[in-house]
Order: sequence, then C-alpha cells, then structure tokens
Amino acid sequence: MLKTRIIPCLDIDKGRVVKGVNFVDIVDAGDPVEQAKIYNKAGADELCFLDITATHEGRDTIIHMVEDVAAEVFIPLTVGGGISTIPHIRNLLNAGADKVSINSAAVKNPDFVRKAAEKCGSQCIVVAIDAKAKEDGSEGWEIFTHGGRKGTGIDAVEWAVKMAEYGAGEILLTSMDRDGTKQGFNLPLTRAVSDAVRIPVIASGGVGNLQHLVEGVTEGHASAVLAASIFHFGEYTIAEAKGAMNKAGVPIR
Amino acid sequence: MAKETLLIIDYGSGNLRSVAKAFEYKAHEDHIDCDVIVSDRPEDIRKADRVVLPGQGAFGDCKDNLERSGLIAPLEEAVLKKSVPFLGICVGMQLLATRGVEHGVYAGLNWIPGQVIPIVQTTPSLKIPHMGWNEVVMAHYEGASPEQDNAHFVLRSAESSNGEAKHYYFVHSYMFQCEYDHHILGMSEYGQSVTAIVGRDNILGVQFHPEKSASAGLELLSGFMKWRP
Repeated sequence: MLKTRIIPCLDIDKGRVVKGVNFVDIVDAGDPVEQAKIYNKAGADELCFLDITATHEGRDTIIHMVEDVAAEVFIPLTVGGGISTIPHIRNLLNAGADKVSINSAAVKNPDFVRKAAEKCGSQCIVVAIDAKAKEDGSEGWEIFTHGGRKGTGIDAVEWAVKMAEYGAGEILLTSMDRDGTKQGFNLPLTRAVSDAVRIPVIASGGVGNLQHLVEGVTEGHASAVLAASIFHFGEYTIAEAKGAMNKAGVPIR
Repeated sequence: MAKETLLIIDYGSGNLRSVAKAFEYKAHEDHIDCDVIVSDRPEDIRKADRVVLPGQGAFGDCKDNLERSGLIAPLEEAVLKKSVPFLGICVGMQLLATRGVEHGVYAGLNWIPGQVIPIVQTTPSLKIPHMGWNEVVMAHYEGASPEQDNAHFVLRSAESSNGEAKHYYFVHSYMFQCEYDHHILGMSEYGQSVTAIVGRDNILGVQFHPEKSASAGLELLSGFMKWRP
C-alpha cells in the first residue's frame, strides 16, 4: 500500500539553512547536509528546500547545496524558489534534485509548466499554489503571489486542474490564510483541490499540531503533508507525526 | 580480486548523478572494491563488470536515445552473451519488456517478455503517477525457481528478518506486465498488483528508485555490487 509522505521543508538562503531543525547536538545548524541527514535518519519521506535567496548571484549556491545533499542523503529532494527557466531546472535535476517546484513563473506564464514537463518529465515538475479566500468575498479561493500579498483573481481549483493538464506531476498547495497561524490546513481548500486533480497533492501551511497533519489526509484528502516549524523547533519529531498518523489509520512508512 | 567496474549507462535519459553517488556511497561504506563510472561509450560497456541502466521519462524516448547512441548491440553482447550482471532502474527496468505503449507502441529490448502499460485508475481517488513509498512483497510461488525466490542474492536484503516487507520510493505512471509469472520477483499494491521487480539469470530490473529509497535502497545496490550470478 502506498504510504502518506511526511515532508519537512527547509528555508535556504545563499546555500545555508535559515529555518531548520534546532537541536542542541547539531554542530552547524546552517549546514543543509547535516540537516538533511538528521531528517533522513528521523524517517522523513522526502525533503523540500525552499530557496529564499533574494539576489540573483546567490542562486547558483543552491545548485551546489543540492549536489552536496544528494551525495550523502538518498531520499527524494524537491527544490523550489525563484525557478523560471528550463536550464535552471536542468541544473537542479542534474545536481541531484528529484523535483522542482514552480510557483510565480507558472502564474506569469502557464506555458512554462507545459514546456518544463515536456523537456524534463512530469514526474519532476511540482506546481506550488499559494491560495486563500477570494479577495472580493465570493465563494472559493484564489491564487496569490508575492508571498500572499498579491491576488491574481485566478480560481485555485481551476488553476490546479489546468496545471495538471499542462503536465504538472504534483501540486504543492499552501493555505496562505493559514500559513504561520498554527491553526491547521485550510481543509475545504485542500479537499477541493485534491478531489479535482488526478495527480498527488501536498498539503502545506498552518500546521500547529499532529492532529492537523492527520486531518490534511483524512479530511483534506492530501497524498502528502509538508510542515516546517513544528519539526524545526523540536515541538514534534517525525516519529511522533508518524505515530499520530498510524493511530488515525493513515498508512505511513 | 581485481577491482571491478560498474558502468551506469548515460544515454541522455534523466539524472544519473544520484544513481552514481548512491553506488559510490555504498561501495565506500561496505568496502566494496568497485569503480563507478558514467559513460555513453560502447567500449566502456564492453569492458564493464556490471551494467546499470537508469531511465526517466517516456518509454519511446528512452528507447530511441538508447538506439541512437549505438548502445544496444554492446549491451546485448555484455548482458546476453557475457552474462554481466545487469540492473535496470525505473524506465531502465521497463525497457526490458517486449514493448511499451506510452505515447505510441515502441519495441523494448525484449529480454524479459511482457509489455509496459498504463497504471489503471481503479478508483477516482487513486492518484497517477504512483508516487511515494510503497512496500515490495517478494514473490513466492510453488516450485519457484531460484532466481524468483527471495533467496535471490540481491533481494535478500529486500525482505527484513522479521518477514516484513520494506518500503521503496516509486514514481511512475506505467507498469511492467510480465508474460511469465516466473519473471516477477517482487510486487507492490496500488489499486492493482504492480510489478516492482523483474529478473532472470543475470538480469534484474526494479520499478522503484533504490538510489532514493534510503537504507533499504542502498542495501539493494550493495547486493547488486556483490552479486555473482
């Protein structure tokens, strides 16, 4: 039986982890390889690196970071943040990333997703969707860009369906109205998107406790759950997350 | 014993670095005297002691690339005539089949009779691709041939001592349907039975990605490097 994936997400700035696990016994908390090793050992099913490097020059460092991690940690790696060209995707994949997540570039030019899937294969193209309640107050959710500040008027569910048609292999869905709140995923949004597409959906945004992770799957119908802070700050371990899943009847590795 | 060479075939189909790194990592950890090289040169295939065929993307594209690179004849010579241990990964495993039906009908290597067909979406909630960690159950049949039994050298590690199946990381939308049951060495369940491992003689193919399957996958790669079929 296929297992529900638990995916820790690490923020990377200029090749260094700026938001990651913070244990006393860690020698260099900013070292992505060390972070990845810890999570691999803890049973993480996959790792997601979000490159938050603001400058263009800093971008190449993520390639080297992926090379370093992929040489020592043998679980799937997804890299996202500022990806807008096919060569950039190729470089990341050649460095050892298994998937890349495309966000703003997809909104700006949906054909980019089609091209990326054609050139590199659907299996490595994740489309990241940041969504929250529609600004005009009407029913449903819309896509936001620029860290949730800029509404686009694009319906989130329709967008997910379109991205799947364009060749996305997976959707990384972040509930923007929940991100950082610790109130749990936006479950109606997660369910609406998960049920609308045939490809897997990763739920993200708002996880504050283990029950939230469970609900993402049982009520949100997500194939995988992504979380950052609850793991990094040692509130919960991956093992505890898996324990909670298991107890709720969600299959885990 | 002279140092062996393990060749990962580079035919323009996907990322080979992770596969190479995983073999290197495991060779180092388990003190296996094995050079890992990535190459697209026929003479390297002829010289190799072990051959790995990875693969990502569409069946037809991969087959075309392999053909265009002029690698099929040296591969057949190495694997079929010289009986060099062979491991196919993902589409590299699917290419062992007689044919694939992804975006048209394409001939495969036909080393293991069968065809590569789409995974059937048996229920509306079944996601395609089959992506993530799944258990692989070793095939047990009445009167099983040695290579089919889980006593298979490479696959010994694939079943833990307590008999529990191990998990491996899968990403695929098409699956290998073997013509003969005795070529199926491992199965997974995903709304249907999905062939996870095929093999005969010196040939082994895995649908999942051992290079991305943490310790379970690395153990399998280690077994392959020590295998003397």
